[in-house]
Amino acid sequence: MASIRLQFEIPGKMKTWSLGLIGVGLFALIYGLVTKGFSSDEHEQVHFWGTLMYHTIFWTLICNASMFFICITTLAMGGWQQSFRRIPEAISTMVPIFGSITFAVLIYVVLSDKHHIYHWLDKEAVAKDVILTGKAGFLNAKFFIIWTTLAIGFWSFLGWRMRQLSNEADAAPMDHETGAKFILRNTVRAALFTVWFALTVGSTVPWLWMMSIDAHWYSTMYSWYTFASTFVSGMSLIALWLIYMKNKGYMELTSQEHLHDVGKFMFAFSIFWTYLWFSQYMLIWYANIPEETVYFKHRVQGAYKGIFFLNLIINFLCPLIILMKRSAKRNYTLVAFMAVLIIFGHWIDFYQMVMGSLVKEKVDLGWLDFGILSFFVGIMIFFVGRALASKPLIPKYHPFLKESIIHQV
Amino acid sequence: MAKKKFVIGCFDDEAVLFPAVKKVRTAGYKIHDVYTPFAVHGLDHAMGLRETSLHTAGFIYGITGTTTALSCISWIFTKDWPLNIGGKPHFALPAWIPITFELTVLFAAVGMVLTFCYLCQLAPFVKKHHFHARSTDDLFVMVIECTDKTNTDDLQAFLTSGGAVETNVQVAEEGWWLGRYDQNEMPFETKEIVAA
Repeated sequence: MASIRLQFEIPGKMKTWSLGLIGVGLFALIYGLVTKGFSSDEHEQVHFWGTLMYHTIFWTLICNASMFFICITTLAMGGWQQSFRRIPEAISTMVPIFGSITFAVLIYVVLSDKHHIYHWLDKEAVAKDVILTGKAGFLNAKFFIIWTTLAIGFWSFLGWRMRQLSNEADAAPMDHETGAKFILRNTVRAALFTVWFALTVGSTVPWLWMMSIDAHWYSTMYSWYTFASTFVSGMSLIALWLIYMKNKGYMELTSQEHLHDVGKFMFAFSIFWTYLWFSQYMLIWYANIPEETVYFKHRVQGAYKGIFFLNLIINFLCPLIILMKRSAKRNYTLVAFMAVLIIFGHWIDFYQMVMGSLVKEKVDLGWLDFGILSFFVGIMIFFVGRALASKPLIPKYHPFLKESIIHQV
Repeated sequence: MAKKKFVIGCFDDEAVLFPAVKKVRTAGYKIHDVYTPFAVHGLDHAMGLRETSLHTAGFIYGITGTTTALSCISWIFTKDWPLNIGGKPHFALPAWIPITFELTVLFAAVGMVLTFCYLCQLAPFVKKHHFHARSTDDLFVMVIECTDKTNTDDLQAFLTSGGAVETNVQVAEEGWWLGRYDQNEMPFETKEIVAA
């Protein structure tokens, strides 16, 4: 392994760009906070805090998807991801950072009683409302805060434990016995994370954080839909970083073969997302019960019509048609383009999921959204770059590394 | 439907097979096929086989299924026999998507299985020559097609030097023919032998 560069050096350009993006974002954030966030107008407040909410939730969840990716491939005894596993590991270090932002925003929204965002915070309205009284055991401030704390805390903690274990693969060569033990410990920790992930991202967290904005409405598909959305964008984010690192001349052991498999994840989970999108939409459309169609009414027939169907084109038709061919999934340029498109598509999806319920009359996708987006992208680039530089890029004594080197699709 | 002459080399190890395949190809011989007891990863690359077009066929079958479903249902429900179902519009696209999806999968799956069988020349009541019975058990059997100029003795010696544990020469039908596996004889016997 003499010719392999294990140490990532952060390029000056990356630093400039990330700090620039953070600067622009911070400006938008502060300007928005002053003019909208703390304004006396409730619409402005809802607009600002809603925008902040969908951004932080989106970025926390797609960075968390990286750790989920490591854990499921570990559980499946996968070897192919070892040559580039430090990239998803680095992305998953964002969970505590974005998680604390999400935590701060959500706790602020709940504690300052923003019942225009979470209608169930309004105690008088809940007392008069049979449906909301029925949900009160789940939708109340105390449970919300405890569960949010636990969710973010355990994602960070269990993810950190996975990453700590991964460090052992840098230390010393493993004989057969140590290797087997190492894999077993990996499996146990990955299983713990996956179980917690299923209890949170797979079910309760999207209900609490996003679905409860429409306090009366519910859909059993919602959490899976959110999961699919974040997982496919998470895979796209991994692909983007992978391609970036390849371009900079790192990741010598990772080739088109690995890109092909990452591309397959992007392709397959785009279709999985569509499956859930359709299952949720079709059942509600078919039954046509007012208490259920209330969610889709203004999205399909109102102001959000354009975004709603654009969403389907970007997140289903484009990946389906463009990523179907084998040669497309092996083409760095095309996968990079699709990754950006998919992340953008699911960002738009999150926009309509949250803002579609908060600001129903009009779509004002504008400077605030893109400003805060640049803030989050900047933070992501800055910290992921740092995390990549803090560790060797390849776990060179990992027992499965050879399997990854000779990986062939 | 012509018989051809083949030289067969049997290998008992993958690690020997791969360099042998490479050697035989660089020496300019035409490999008819390599029969292995299990799928060997990367052997297709080593043999220089072109990528299969089975997936292209699958895509076309799938598209055919989609078109069939959508055109049939839309014609039936809007032109031929419009029904009021739950007050839905006659052109009720979301309700048709599951059927469309299923027909797409059905067409693609059945079509691909049949195409696969055709490409591999597999079918009921059809027989293909077996070059070596142990290719279904533990031997990797490389079959090389001979031309009139091929010196079979040289080729056998070449294969043995490349690590073959067993070599022989067979004159056999290369394609499939109507017949039964439990009957050894071909129903028709062509005396003509292309390569002497």
